[in-house]
Amino acid sequence: MNPSTAELLQRIRGLADAIGRPIRLMEVCGTHTMAISRSGLRALLPPNLRLLSGPGCPVCVTPVDYVDKAIALARRPDVVVMTFGDMLRVPGSESSLEQARAEGARVRVVYSPLDAFRAARSGSDQVVFLGVGFETTAPTVAWTVREARRLGVSNYSVLCAHKLIPPAMRALLDSGECRLDGFLCPGHVSVMIGTKAYEPIAHDYRLPCVVAGFEVLDILRGVARLLEMRCAGLAAAENAYERGATSEGNPAGLALLDEVFTAETTVWRGLGALLASGLALRPAFDAHDAEKRFAPLNVPPPREPKGCRCGDVLRGACLPDECPLFGRTCAPENPVGACMVSSEGSCAAHFRYEWVPRETTA
Amino acid sequence: MKDDRILLAHGGGGRKTQSLIQEVMLRHFRDPVLARLDDAARLEMESRALAFTTDSYVVDPPFFPGGDIGKLAACGTINDLAMQAATPKFMSVGLILEEGFLVSDLNRALGSLAAVTRALGVVVATGDTKVVERGRGGGIFVNTSGIGIRPEGLDIGASRARPGDAVLVSGTIGDHGIAVMSVREGLAFETPLQSDVAPLWPLVAQLLEHRIAIHCLRDPTRGGLAAALCDVAAASDVGVRIREADLPVRREVRAACGLLGLDPLHVANEGKLVLICAAPDAPRALAVLREHSLGRDAAIMGQVEKGPKGVVRMETVAGGERVVEMPLGDELPRIC
Repeated sequence: MNPSTAELLQRIRGLADAIGRPIRLMEVCGTHTMAISRSGLRALLPPNLRLLSGPGCPVCVTPVDYVDKAIALARRPDVVVMTFGDMLRVPGSESSLEQARAEGARVRVVYSPLDAFRAARSGSDQVVFLGVGFETTAPTVAWTVREARRLGVSNYSVLCAHKLIPPAMRALLDSGECRLDGFLCPGHVSVMIGTKAYEPIAHDYRLPCVVAGFEVLDILRGVARLLEMRCAGLAAAENAYERGATSEGNPAGLALLDEVFTAETTVWRGLGALLASGLALRPAFDAHDAEKRFAPLNVPPPREPKGCRCGDVLRGACLPDECPLFGRTCAPENPVGACMVSSEGSCAAHFRYEWVPRETTA
Repeated sequence: MKDDRILLAHGGGGRKTQSLIQEVMLRHFRDPVLARLDDAARLEMESRALAFTTDSYVVDPPFFPGGDIGKLAACGTINDLAMQAATPKFMSVGLILEEGFLVSDLNRALGSLAAVTRALGVVVATGDTKVVERGRGGGIFVNTSGIGIRPEGLDIGASRARPGDAVLVSGTIGDHGIAVMSVREGLAFETPLQSDVAPLWPLVAQLLEHRIAIHCLRDPTRGGLAAALCDVAAASDVGVRIREADLPVRREVRAACGLLGLDPLHVANEGKLVLICAAPDAPRALAVLREHSLGRDAAIMGQVEKGPKGVVRMETVAGGERVVEMPLGDELPRIC
């Protein structure tokens, strides 16, 4: 029989006691961030165990100038920008896609790139899909691009900002800023890339890595396993999400990614430019690369919001409510930084589910 | 009517308008108050304690599993009255139709609306129809206003919740919002789920008859249960604590919410009520609700506390606790 929440919590408390010193585990997946906040898990964990949120929210790590480019495209009379809803409110330098839409730019929310692709096929507008996301969303986008080329759908293109998780994990460890005791690895991403993708990290940095699912029990199992490995001095990549992820990942999805994309250096909000951490469309797909099709996309140099500590939050260097703007000038209805916008952002999760403003506390 | 689609001329005030009134409207709404067709309806009321409400309906698509815009427009207004414990008496029906809308669809929607009002003895006393050019409306928009009679001396409302009160919900949450989204263009997914749209007055009448000490009634429509409870916490200057384990949520709703990144607490209902009553009355209220077909899945799911003032908190299934925030009004389909 699987252990219950109470049993797992007890095991975690015992292990944390045995380790004694402060323990820092990081998840690098927005769905984990949200699940942890929504379930109120943090308060149930032993006081010397801290769960940090890393750069696991794709919207949050997308730099300001990407939003500026998307807005510039949406303002062209021949273009309809289609996007996941999360991108709508992300502040660019001057405006957001939501504000641009209110001023007449054409922006449509879709739940899948397939919807955008279908809209392009059945209409004559230039459809630009905002390709934001990690290894989980990139394969469906890759499929639409490959189909667009195969069928000659010349009015479909992607503004590509896809990113890869393992290089970001390495960058965090290299910075030495947050001494971690283990990574809770993302379930969905791992379905695609397999648990073996974390083996080099576990080996190079002597760090336990455990892939976990998104139910409370999944997360607790992952945490317990990380602590067990820490206690035993093990540094390996393990899978605690057996029903979803495998060691090898999804070979068809990986082959598709490789066919359509190539790894490139890309800028992460908070982390800066990281080598081979992003996906660019291969030259064969230039016709469907919005950046090239509509070149030059001249946007003024991006302006980061003053005082916003999104970058620090994304590196686990500061907690959301340690940012001076949190809950004051920055809240979900008027976000300053991207972490407050996305439904998977650390600040949004903290604001929505964990934060009670001091003045209203009885 | 000879035309099978609505024409601009049907809103023009001439013969076409007359034929629309005579052959469509009066076929569904037969009350003599309306049939006089004066500029205003003449009403007689036996009470001075009244409730008056208005609401507009723009649901897309207008026909969805478990209901349609007509049923929604009748129930929505009747429910708003019922939340003031008011017996619904009179209703107005204003229609904004888009040129080209099928007359058969109009008949279908009005038939659903009339079925609800007739069953509850609500008189559709006045109405109006306008037609807008093709491309400038969503097929059909409906506005209904309603007048009801309140029980003398009963003072209930969002500001009446007191620490110690019990919080009940009359059934599963999120059914309507998810059912509508499941048939929405660009988002269609398969689910056996039906909208819960229903008139709540019969349920409220039962609570009144059994003399439950009602402090507050809310129908958690747009913004879902979260918005309804946040409203009460703010207006009554109290805290509300609910228990996730006691919240009735259908499996299909939970699954769809997981898929779409929604919180069932934020998803709209059109046939559920939240009841806040004196704690000693809660078990009896629960029995009364469960006795009725509309309240079979009712549950006591929380209580009112002194504080933190204005904040709704939820004990999670995992044993933790989290804040239930007022939904932001995210990019959601038109669901009512």
